[in-house]
Amino acid sequence: MRYLLSVIHDQAGLATPDEHAAIDAFNERLQAEGNWVFAGGLAAPGTATVVDNRGGEAMVTDGPFLESKEYLAGFWVIEAPDLDAALKLAAEGSRACNRKVEVRPFLDA
Amino acid sequence: MADVRAALTRAHHEEWARVVAALTRRFGDLDIAEEAAAEAFATAVRRWPADGVPPNPGAWLTTTANRKAIDRIRRESKRGDKHQEAQMAYGHEPEPLGAIDDDRLRLIFTCCHPALAVQTRVALTLRMVAGLTVPEIARAFLVRETAMEQRITRAKAKISAARVPYRVPSAEDLPERVSGVLAVLFLVFNEGYLASGPGTDPLRPGLTAEAIRLTRLVRALLPDDGEAAGLLALMLLTEARRPARVSSGGELVPLAEQDRAAWDAALIAEGHRLVRERLAAAAAGAVPGRYQILAAINAVHTSARDMRDTDWSQILALYDRLARLDPSPIIALNRAVAVAELDGPDVALAAVDRLEGELAGYHPYHATRADLLRRLGRSEQSRAAYDKAIELAGNTAETAYLTRRRDQLA
Repeated sequence: MRYLLSVIHDQAGLATPDEHAAIDAFNERLQAEGNWVFAGGLAAPGTATVVDNRGGEAMVTDGPFLESKEYLAGFWVIEAPDLDAALKLAAEGSRACNRKVEVRPFLDA
Repeated sequence: MADVRAALTRAHHEEWARVVAALTRRFGDLDIAEEAAAEAFATAVRRWPADGVPPNPGAWLTTTANRKAIDRIRRESKRGDKHQEAQMAYGHEPEPLGAIDDDRLRLIFTCCHPALAVQTRVALTLRMVAGLTVPEIARAFLVRETAMEQRITRAKAKISAARVPYRVPSAEDLPERVSGVLAVLFLVFNEGYLASGPGTDPLRPGLTAEAIRLTRLVRALLPDDGEAAGLLALMLLTEARRPARVSSGGELVPLAEQDRAAWDAALIAEGHRLVRERLAAAAAGAVPGRYQILAAINAVHTSARDMRDTDWSQILALYDRLARLDPSPIIALNRAVAVAELDGPDVALAAVDRLEGELAGYHPYHATRADLLRRLGRSEQSRAAYDKAIELAGNTAETAYLTRRRDQLA
C-alpha cells in the first residue's frame, strides 16, 4: 500500500543543516527497510506557475494555486503494509524534518 | 412470543459484535460486515417468531450474515472486483495472540483507531460493537440522522481506503491503544451519567448500560489490564448511585443528600470486588492508572454510611495521587471538595479560586465555588457564582438543583 507523506511548512526559514542530516538518515532507513518509493523537497510556493488548459487554450498564471501560510514543502511516497506502519514512519519523518506531516493513502490501483 | 422477543434481544446483545467482527475478518470490509449483520438480525426478527428460536442463535446469525455478505459481493463483483481486492488485502491472517485473540477485540481497536476523530470513534464503536442503530446514536449525541450516517460512512471509507489494520496492536503499542479505547467507553458512560445538553433526559441509563456492557467485554478480553478493571469498577460504583441521583421532582441530588439505601448493593459489591483486586495488584507492585484511582475514590464513598462517616483523608490521599498522574485543574477542583470536608470551606475556597484562569468556562467550577461561599455565609458572592453555574450548565436536573439552591440563599 502506498502513502503520500506531505511535509507541511508553517514556519519561516528553510531546513537547517541538522534537519537535513536527520532527513538524510531517515531516507536511508526508508531505503534499507524497503519503504522507499520516492521523495523530494520543493522550492518556495512563489516559484510556482499554474496552468489551466481545460478550455483548450492554456491559461498561465503566476504563483501557487492557493495562497496560504501553510504550504507543501516536500513529500515522501512510501510503501507500508497498513496505516499503523505508515503513521509510525510519518512520526519519524516529522521528527527528522521538524515539520508536520500529513499521511494520505493512494487510491488502490 | 415474549420468549422469542427475549431471545432476539439476548442474541443482539451477545452476538452482534461477534457477527460483525467475524465477517469483517472474513471479508475485510466493515461496511459489508455491518450491512450483512443488520440483514441477518432483520431476518431473525421475521423468521424466529414463526420458525422458533434456533438451538444455536449465534451460529444461525453468523451463517445467515455470511450468506448475505456473499450475495452482496456477487452482486457487486459484476460491477468490478473492488471487494475481492479488499478481501485479499486483509487475507494474511494476523498472528494468533492466545488469550486475547478474539475478533471482537480487533473490531474495538479498529473502531477506536487514533486516526479517527474522537466523536467518530464513539459513533463507530456504538454502531459496530454495541449494535446501536444510526438513529439511536444520532439521538444520543443530538445530531441529525443524516449527519451521523455520513460520519459513520466516511469513517468506514477511511478505514478501508487508508487501510486501518484489523488487528490487536503490538505489545509495544497496546497500553496506549487500550487507553484510547477506554477513553471512548468513558465518554459514552459520561454522556449517559450526566447528559450534557438541555434537550435530553438528564440521566440516560441506556447509554450508561451500553458503556458498562462494552467495558465488561473489554475487561473480559483483556483480563490483565488494570485500567480496564478500574474503569469497569468506576462505572459500576457510579451507576450504583443512579437510583438516588435525581429526585422525584427532577432535580439532581448531591452526594451528601442522597438516600444511600436506594443505592444498588449488587453493583457496589461487584465494584468493590474489582477495586480489591486492583489494590492487591498495587500491593504487588502494579502502578494504578487514573481509572483505578477514581474507582478507589468511589469505593471509599460507597463504603460510607453518610458524609460524616466518609474517610475524607483517604479520599484526599487518592486525589493527591491522581494529581501527580494528571495535574489538571479539574482534578484540583475535585480535590478541593475533599479539602472542604477535612480543613473547612475557607481553605478549599482559596484552592478553588486559584483555578479561575483555567476553569472560568467550566460550570462545576462555579457550582463548587457557590457551595463553598454558601457554607461560609457569603450569600451575595454565592448567588453570583450560582448564576454563573446555571448559565453554563446544560443538564436539566443540575440546572433545577442549582436554581433551588440559589433561591434558598438568605
